[in-house]
Amino acid sequence: MNSCPEAALSVHNLDVIFRDASGVVHALHDLTFSLPPNGFLSLIGPSGCGKSTLLRVLAGLVPPTAGEVCYNTDQPKIGMVFQKANLMPWRRVLENISLPLELKGLPKKTILDRVHEVIRQVGLEGFERAYPRDLSGGMAQRVAIGRSLIQDPDILLLDEPFGALDALTRERMGDELQHIWHAHKKTVVLVTHSIPEAVYLSDQVLALSSRPGSIVLDMPVDLPRPRTSEIRYSDSFSKLTHKLRDTLQEDNTMIT
Amino acid sequence: MKSDTGKETTPQSTGLFSRLLYLAASLLIGVLLWQAATMVFGLPAFILPGPGQVWRRFIQSLAEGQLQQHTLTTLFEVLAGLLIGGLAATSLGYLLAKSAPLEKLLSPYLVASQSLPVVAIAPLLVIWFGPGIFSKILICSLTVFFPILINTVVGLREVPNDLRDLMRTLKASSTQTLWKLEVPAALPIYMGGLRVGATLSVIGAVVGELVGSDRGLGFLINIGRGQYDTALVFVAIFTLVFLAVTLYGLVLLIERQFLSWQSWRQDVR
Ligand SMILES: Nc1ncnc2c1ncn2[C@@H]1O[C@H](COP(=O)(O)OP(=O)(O)OP(=O)(O)O)[C@@H](O)[C@H]1O
Ligand SMILES: [Mg+2]
Repeated sequence: MNSCPEAALSVHNLDVIFRDASGVVHALHDLTFSLPPNGFLSLIGPSGCGKSTLLRVLAGLVPPTAGEVCYNTDQPKIGMVFQKANLMPWRRVLENISLPLELKGLPKKTILDRVHEVIRQVGLEGFERAYPRDLSGGMAQRVAIGRSLIQDPDILLLDEPFGALDALTRERMGDELQHIWHAHKKTVVLVTHSIPEAVYLSDQVLALSSRPGSIVLDMPVDLPRPRTSEIRYSDSFSKLTHKLRDTLQEDNTMIT
Repeated sequence: MKSDTGKETTPQSTGLFSRLLYLAASLLIGVLLWQAATMVFGLPAFILPGPGQVWRRFIQSLAEGQLQQHTLTTLFEVLAGLLIGGLAATSLGYLLAKSAPLEKLLSPYLVASQSLPVVAIAPLLVIWFGPGIFSKILICSLTVFFPILINTVVGLREVPNDLRDLMRTLKASSTQTLWKLEVPAALPIYMGGLRVGATLSVIGAVVGELVGSDRGLGFLINIGRGQYDTALVFVAIFTLVFLAVTLYGLVLLIERQFLSWQSWRQDVR
């Protein structure tokens, strides 16, 4: 990860190609974009177009085949929420959320205070001592979000974090995310399948084509902040969602 | 197993009670059938002693202190073998799981050693290392080695890649990854290996003692056979069964203790 001064995060001519026994998969092709500090970017695109792969590249888990990724600091603190909740089944909710701080070796008391704060933020009070197997999909996903928030990361990478939530909880979590982002100054990259959610939350939306994923639209969203539910009914909001929908449809893909 | 709310302890403990009841009943039936068989066939005691005779022999060898002494010897061999073989298998298993080339290099020997019954090399080991405790410990170590090795490797392979990725994004050190991820994730499968190993270790010890020894329950069996003291042979066999079952139960108990979250295997999220 090289560092680049202005943008919090920038990607130049990124290509990712997987080669394994079963063949070659060209996942991402020639992506170039950048995101200013404290920017909020959403990624949207058809299933299998490489969104998760892009997040994994940003997290340093997958090396780029070509091109480069750089951050404005040398060692950015990255919080990642995986597409599956990815909890440790032998740890209770409390212990799953505290893991990142445990690894840093912070004192128990500090960790515990912070865990309870985060549990409030993601609305899991009363489930501190539950094991992952006893959680609903949405609750598990919220534990994963809590785990990513606890270390107060500079960059938050979220892979469909609200996928398993009902519509209303989804909006509430979206608002909570907006609030955290605003209050704690983070750079966020969010993968979502929801067009309105992408527009509602972001400063910038990237639409990707089907595989190999390349950028078909890099759309700024200059709606006023902070945003509240009313904005969903405004003209400028629907103009943006229409534009996004048209682009994605043109690419002849399905969005649910 | 729904765990720790007050409501559920009652049905669970009655479950335990009825299980014990069934166990007692089945033991009783076994003893009665045995008694009936000795009466019907009228076999001499050196062929098939009755339950009463075996019981008296049991009490007698307890009183002489002979049974305790040989049981302790065997138990020591079993535990030492489990410890040594287990430690060796666990460390080698860890290395194998970490290094594919090493695994490929060693796997012919591992497969060969697996297909070789310990019974076949027990005489050799006794010749080389004498009839004392040492050769038995060696035999036990060899018997427990393979199942524990395999379960270590398989357990570590089962660690979900997504969780490994998580640890990487959290910049965990390799020691942290070992203790916070690999050990707990591999534990259910590892404990299965330990359970099998515990029973196999008992078998290993007895085989070694039968082949050549001067103490232990296998030695006691040999003595009984030589003196046509068949009741003593039965006493030794029952003690062995008791030893193996207790060990197995002990490992199971430890397993339950550590793996109360275990139903996760059915639905991983
Ligand atoms: N490690 C890998 N090895 C080989 N192929 C891979 C690997 N990871 C991802 N792929 C392939 O890359 C492509 C993109 O996958 P990715 O998971 O990034 O899609 P996605 O956009 O996140 O899809 P979805 O919306 O369904 O989550 C897929 O065809 C997938 O099979
Ligand atoms: Mg994905």
